Amino acid sequence: MTYDIIVTGLIIVAQILAVVVPVLISVAFLVYAERKVLALIQLRRGPNIVGPFGILQSFADALKLITKENIIPSGSNKIVFILAPIITMVLSLAGWAVIPFAPGWVVSDINVGIMYLFAVSSLGVYGIIMAGWASNSQYPFLGALRSAAQMVSYEVSIGFVIITVLLCVGSLNLSKIVLAQQTVWFAIPLLPMFIIFFISALAETNRLPFDLPEDESTLVAGFFTEYSSASFVLFFLGEYASMILMSSMTVILFLGGWLPPFDVYPLNVVPGVIWFTVKVIFILFLFIWVRGTFPRYRYDQLMRLGWKVFLPFSLFWVVATSGFLVYFDILPN
Amino acid sequence: MSEFLFEYLPILIFIFIALALAVGMTLLSFVVGDSQPDQEKLSAYECGFEAFDDARGRFDVRFYLVAILFIIFDLEVAFLFPWAVTLGKIGLFGFWSMMIFLTVLTIGFIYEWKKGALEWE
Amino acid sequence: MVLYSLTFYLFSSVAVLSALMVISAKNPVHSVLFLILSFVNASGLFVLLGAEFLAMILVVVYVGAVAVLFLFVVMMLDINFVKLREGFLQYLPFGALLGIVLVIELGILFLTDRSSNIYNNQTPLQPIVNEVENTKMIGQILYTEYFYLFQICGIILLVAMIGSITLTLRDKGGVKRQNIDSQNTVDASTAIEKKKVKIGEGI
Repeated sequence: MTYDIIVTGLIIVAQILAVVVPVLISVAFLVYAERKVLALIQLRRGPNIVGPFGILQSFADALKLITKENIIPSGSNKIVFILAPIITMVLSLAGWAVIPFAPGWVVSDINVGIMYLFAVSSLGVYGIIMAGWASNSQYPFLGALRSAAQMVSYEVSIGFVIITVLLCVGSLNLSKIVLAQQTVWFAIPLLPMFIIFFISALAETNRLPFDLPEDESTLVAGFFTEYSSASFVLFFLGEYASMILMSSMTVILFLGGWLPPFDVYPLNVVPGVIWFTVKVIFILFLFIWVRGTFPRYRYDQLMRLGWKVFLPFSLFWVVATSGFLVYFDILPN
Repeated sequence: MSEFLFEYLPILIFIFIALALAVGMTLLSFVVGDSQPDQEKLSAYECGFEAFDDARGRFDVRFYLVAILFIIFDLEVAFLFPWAVTLGKIGLFGFWSMMIFLTVLTIGFIYEWKKGALEWE
Repeated sequence: MVLYSLTFYLFSSVAVLSALMVISAKNPVHSVLFLILSFVNASGLFVLLGAEFLAMILVVVYVGAVAVLFLFVVMMLDINFVKLREGFLQYLPFGALLGIVLVIELGILFLTDRSSNIYNNQTPLQPIVNEVENTKMIGQILYTEYFYLFQICGIILLVAMIGSITLTLRDKGGVKRQNIDSQNTVDASTAIEKKKVKIGEGI
């Protein structure tokens, strides 16, 4: 009996590590890829010293940062100051527990998977508020305030977008959401929602063109101005891990998760996890591409887009989708 | 233990592992990193100035308004979740029930729009 | 079962301890952070009871939204808390009265037959897990059977929305706002004026 428990426990831990380690490594490569793509967009070379084509740059950066002094400002609230990056990191990793990479490849296949993701992403704001408040410095405080208002504004439209997808699925389980897309990916019938979700994801992860919380030209580095060393690394890892998490969510909700584009011979023998990875990389490339091409939004424009465009539009789509499904009596059970 | 709870156990372990990882990294930096603090290094970053006053000042009331409106719409989304997954079972009555609910809240939304609560200057 | 008890005691003890810290912490921001910890642990307890939907809603609504507002208020209102504590004794009788009423109510709840049966039978509470997910169970009755209560919720939210706007919104006046429509409809004929300028005179 106890032997059984230990074995299952070890299996669970192994599964978790099999998720966490690739996520952290892919964060490193995402940072590298981002710098490389931005460099190509701007006709520069990007990192090219450490390792072949500079591919080990991120690892070098991480090692360098950890050996630096961890400065805790004297005016800060020390416990909260150290806790904030830890919370950001934990939350951005915790969401990965429910992501299905391929049929059955999921650490915990809970019934309310999508709500769990929604809950975890709604907690993301805490790391930022805590960091901004604990630093007791002007720039982080302003950054945190902006970021909190921005994240909550876009979360509402993310909620409505998720509801439209759920209407077409009839379940909160992420694997079932993917399987409901066997005939057609939801990105096609719900194209406007897909676009809104993608843009809200940019705002939710504080990416350009919505990166006002950490906008360099006015706020130095926003909420993590005062951070250095490992705490800075944790924020960085957390931010990129949640960026990949949001991309995975986009893929699961709209691009059919692990499903191949068409269920025909050469495509359907490719393992699901590869399709999943390819789609996530595609969305991540869009994130970087947007960063390379668009100027930053102004704060009033950002709030107007969230509250006056996305919110009414996504609410309208919830009503329209449900009305359509009820009228033609094609609701899933 | 039931199957149901067994699905949740990995999440708990997952959070503990992530926590251990994050705390470990923070501690590591205190062990391997330098530590030569001085007064200037530890002061708040202010682009070279001395800080004028305490950073935690009063703020525009709009931020609170955004937070309150967010709570209301978040609750609306919370009400929509069970509705979205059971719409096939509860039929037309459930559909119109939610439409009335949404209409009531849309009235509120139009009110705040007209009042200029969503304006940001 | 051991694991079940262990997780239960972990969640419940952290929830109770952090609830104690909420009222005893000196710094109000710490209080709110402990409140959040308490909420999260309460949500863990809901999961143990099999109420997964409630657990998630607790996190989404209370932790993700209500506590954000609390944090906004205590962090950014810059209240002088030393001054607030001066009035502590003044409110003590009233607070004590509320506390006593709450304790009595809880006592009545624990002493009634329905709940004492649980202790007599010595069977621990088991999570109710049916074929149907509890999100769907809620959905099947909330919008039809509890139609009136559901609509009242909507009206309460409407009142909250209007109330918060009337309380917080102040028209400042003299604020310039961007008018997108007028910006987009501008064309050269109205925006640009051509003038002949003579050398050395200006306009």
